[in-house]
Amino acid sequence: MNEQPGSEQLSQAANKLEIEQINLFYGSFHALRDVSFTIAQQTITAIIGPSGCGKSSLLRLFNRMNDLIPTARVEGSIRLDGVPIYAPDADVIGLRKKVGMVFQKPNVFPMSIYDNIALGPKSHGLHHKGELQQIVERSLQQVALWDEVKDKLSSPSLNLAVEQQQRLCIARTLAVEPDVILMDESCSTLDPGAIARIEELMAELATKYTIIIVTHSMEQALRVSDMAAFMMFDDKKAGCLVEYAPTLQMFTNPKDQRTEDYITGRYG
Amino acid sequence: MSPHVRRQERLAKGVIWMAAVSVMATLVFIILYILSRGLPVISWSFLTEIPRSMGRLGGISSTIVGSLAVTVVAIVIAVPFGIGTAIYLAEYTRESFITKIIRFSAESLAGIPSIVFGLFGFIFFVIFLNLGWSILSGGLTLAFMILPTVIRTSEEAIRGVPYILREVSYSLGANKWQTVSRVVLPSAMRGIVNGVLLSIGRCVAETAAVMLTAGSTLRMPDSLFAPARTMAVHFYILAREGISLENAYGTAALLILVIFAINVGANILLDRFMTKGR
Repeated sequence: MNEQPGSEQLSQAANKLEIEQINLFYGSFHALRDVSFTIAQQTITAIIGPSGCGKSSLLRLFNRMNDLIPTARVEGSIRLDGVPIYAPDADVIGLRKKVGMVFQKPNVFPMSIYDNIALGPKSHGLHHKGELQQIVERSLQQVALWDEVKDKLSSPSLNLAVEQQQRLCIARTLAVEPDVILMDESCSTLDPGAIARIEELMAELATKYTIIIVTHSMEQALRVSDMAAFMMFDDKKAGCLVEYAPTLQMFTNPKDQRTEDYITGRYG
Repeated sequence: MSPHVRRQERLAKGVIWMAAVSVMATLVFIILYILSRGLPVISWSFLTEIPRSMGRLGGISSTIVGSLAVTVVAIVIAVPFGIGTAIYLAEYTRESFITKIIRFSAESLAGIPSIVFGLFGFIFFVIFLNLGWSILSGGLTLAFMILPTVIRTSEEAIRGVPYILREVSYSLGANKWQTVSRVVLPSAMRGIVNGVLLSIGRCVAETAAVMLTAGSTLRMPDSLFAPARTMAVHFYILAREGISLENAYGTAALLILVIFAINVGANILLDRFMTKGR
């Protein structure tokens, strides 16, 4: 059922994440069934599919956010840079430092712009004022927010516009210097202009980071991603990976009938 | 909309509006009445002089110090315990038999009349622990009395912090305590401070519980083990014994002003803290 073509196009790039026979359960509910694929570094991968097919659940496996759900249980293996992240002795804090996450809504902390960004590095034991200042400046510059906020770093971040807040959230993620950035429908609350600018930013960031996005918008997947993973639920409502291919190839020449139905809008 | 429904709507609006206005009016009337009778009494010497001849003459300085002292003791003891319990209930445990017992105890404490706390304080702190009538006994008794308020308001404030902020914190690689101390508590600060303010107000205003535990001497207290009379007790005795209604109103006016000042002051501080925070 799982196809893994297309990796050869990106074969120069090393594998960042290797997902092998992943099964996820919430209590007795089988949420993800036998998901396997490989993500190359410094690419943008889009996970698409209908609502409730487990896209977010899959994304949250990469930084072990599912650990927060007491009933969640994972079988199979995911390797980051060859290291299994679900091994019994795996370092979850270290993993989350390497795999950052940007959420759906701009969830800034109700504190100053500076504190929003400094919080992550501080959690990892960095308290040197000068270094923190540098990190704040660099992170804000990476998301093109520095010029707009450099004179009001100590003002409340909730005063920023929605797009600025989401940029701040991305900067906050970058501040802990991750390798991988997970974006869970991070554009869904933005207007079209803002979406275009955030997508531009994603393309820029992909030169340095490995980015995995969950999106409802097939246009967005087509615009920004190198690879696309199409998910669907099987007859038992468990999410599974139907097709994984270079995005352009999937949209022009889908291998699976279900993929074709979905991207041509015949699903549902 | 039919005329009948519209009439009903208008009637409901009218009744609700009347209820709100009458509550406001009562409050304003009480405050204005006390201030109008009490403010003329308040002067520099009223604030700085020790009461003489049972409070008929002189000022009320020792009772101001008494109120301040028992309140500080109560807050210093109850706030750390209260917030700690709230954090435990909201963050560190799932609903279970134990949390139900803790919550039930807190609710029960909240329902006990303050005179019963006074009696308990008198028997336990004053007599059994031999602390005597003292600021410490009074403060400890008040601490027990306000603990449920601090716990409940703090727990509500902590639970009110959106869950997603915790997720964000974890996603940045923070551990549980870092998430609680750096994200959850600062985000809940406004609600927590409101609970503490409410408690301060209750401490300053409490009469029965402190009269039985801190005593009612008019001497200026000089240590935590010294007895003291608070403003509220002073007011009660002045009015009850018919010593000086004038000075009673002066004390009451000051009480109202103090509580008002604490509320306004804390809100200003909080705003500054929220915007700066660097």
